[in-house]
Amino acid sequence: MQGAGHAVCLGPDIDTDVIIAGRYLRTKDHGIWVSHVFEDLDPALAGRMSGTVIVAGKNFGCGSSREQAAIALRDAGVTAVIAPSFARIFFRNAINVGLPAIECSLSCIEGENVRFDLAAGWVEAGGSRYPIRPLSPRMQEILAAGGLVSYWRSHR
Amino acid sequence: MSTLSERILGAAAGEYVDRKVDRAYVCDGTGMLTLETWKQMGAERLSDLPQLYVIFDHIAPANNSTTATLQHELREFACGSFLHFSDIGGGICHQLMSEGVVLPGEVVVGADSHSCTPGAFGAFATGFGATDMAAIWLNGETWFRVPDSISIYLSGSLRGGVEAKDLALSYVSTLGMDGGTYCALEFTGDGTRTLPMDDRLTLCNLSVETGAKTGMFYADDVTVRYLAGLGQKVSPQVPEPCTYSRELEFDLADIVPLVAIPDRVDTVKPVQDLAGLSLDQVFIGTCTNGRYSDLARAAKIVKGNKVAVRTIVVPASRAVLAEAIRTGVLADLVGAGCTIGTPGCGPCLGAHMGVLGEGEICLSTANRNFKNRMGVGGEIYLSSVATAATSALAGEITEPEVD
Repeated sequence: MQGAGHAVCLGPDIDTDVIIAGRYLRTKDHGIWVSHVFEDLDPALAGRMSGTVIVAGKNFGCGSSREQAAIALRDAGVTAVIAPSFARIFFRNAINVGLPAIECSLSCIEGENVRFDLAAGWVEAGGSRYPIRPLSPRMQEILAAGGLVSYWRSHR
Repeated sequence: MSTLSERILGAAAGEYVDRKVDRAYVCDGTGMLTLETWKQMGAERLSDLPQLYVIFDHIAPANNSTTATLQHELREFACGSFLHFSDIGGGICHQLMSEGVVLPGEVVVGADSHSCTPGAFGAFATGFGATDMAAIWLNGETWFRVPDSISIYLSGSLRGGVEAKDLALSYVSTLGMDGGTYCALEFTGDGTRTLPMDDRLTLCNLSVETGAKTGMFYADDVTVRYLAGLGQKVSPQVPEPCTYSRELEFDLADIVPLVAIPDRVDTVKPVQDLAGLSLDQVFIGTCTNGRYSDLARAAKIVKGNKVAVRTIVVPASRAVLAEAIRTGVLADLVGAGCTIGTPGCGPCLGAHMGVLGEGEICLSTANRNFKNRMGVGGEIYLSSVATAATSALAGEITEPEVD
């Protein structure tokens, strides 16, 4: 899988409460999650997520298991999340909903174009390539299928 | 020679395994998304391999019509399927799993991050998201990466007035919010024998706040006796020499009352450093500290006095509430001016029943103090029950009496 987007730089330990607050969870309307994503971090962020790559610090997605966090980012148009490490539930959730979560350390410059090629194993930013930690074979299959729903539909 | 995780999952740390799940549970929040996703997978029937549970605890009773309508759909499904169902007031999913349900050696997953809690029984218990859970509803199994394990070696015993929660905040502070990521925490050493099941559940509950996959105690005589009291006959698990990726040691006698300050669970200070901080609310409850022994400790402290700040007490389950009624603990709490909530998660996740207003400060026995979690503009400090109850009487953060 390949992709690209303009970098949105975030700090370490971004928790899922901050990605989408508990007060917005009780709905099936994904548009509500999209319009309130990162509201408690920066209310202006929700409007400019489309076509971006989030480049965050360590432990992205810690805290609550709420899958709405990964869905909100995907549906807001985030192409991928890149961080040196992820909280494990968010990591599984992201891959399961078809959002690439890429373990990679790079310094982030806001708005800079970031490209990635998961099969080749690199992220490119500012003219440099950085190696990524490969996904397990199972997670690669799930992501390639577009998420766990499609994976299961094709495996039944 | 294996860690407990390696023994239960049947493979060495770092290996990937597909493993049948013994029990899988969802709450009202994650259950709705699980049901929707399970339908999208094209499933027509539930897997009959694991025991499946739907437990209403997060926003129970519903806070508004939108929530009530979503809950209605899940309730109808749960009641019409071969699922175990617990409606509003039954209690918190992790607590119900800990009342004679989860047994040593089982693989247990919950669609809630604090599903690491029943690891206290020597089970491999961990949290999942809704889509992974939907696949388990479909297939009865899931994949795991067998975790490396971190040993938390305990010696000695806690002093009076100091609680397992203080130790939990202490180890979270030592490891940091990602110090346990992808790992299991194993609590070992002679000090474990001094800790009753309720304390072990509190300690395993906080393991996810280090990023850990689970926290685990080996089943011992304490476990066997506790489960025997709930009608379950089990055998102890004998630890083997094994390799840990990291080892921490705590002398329980050195632990002091601690408070985690906003907005991070791993940023803790001794209670005495915060003494005098004025409070707007005290909250005693949750999957961390809402068990009977917690309510009893709170009651012992406030009995015969009046709380100086609004104080919400939420029993973790109906069984906890019933026991508190039977023993008079509830009367002591109500007599001291505490407000009692429906068994469940209470205001912990900021959805209902005690959320904070702008600028308000809450001292809570819960496990998370993230920004705005209990209400926009509110600040959450986390402590033990003894610290919370003592502070409720004073209306400000106050150190409990320590022997």
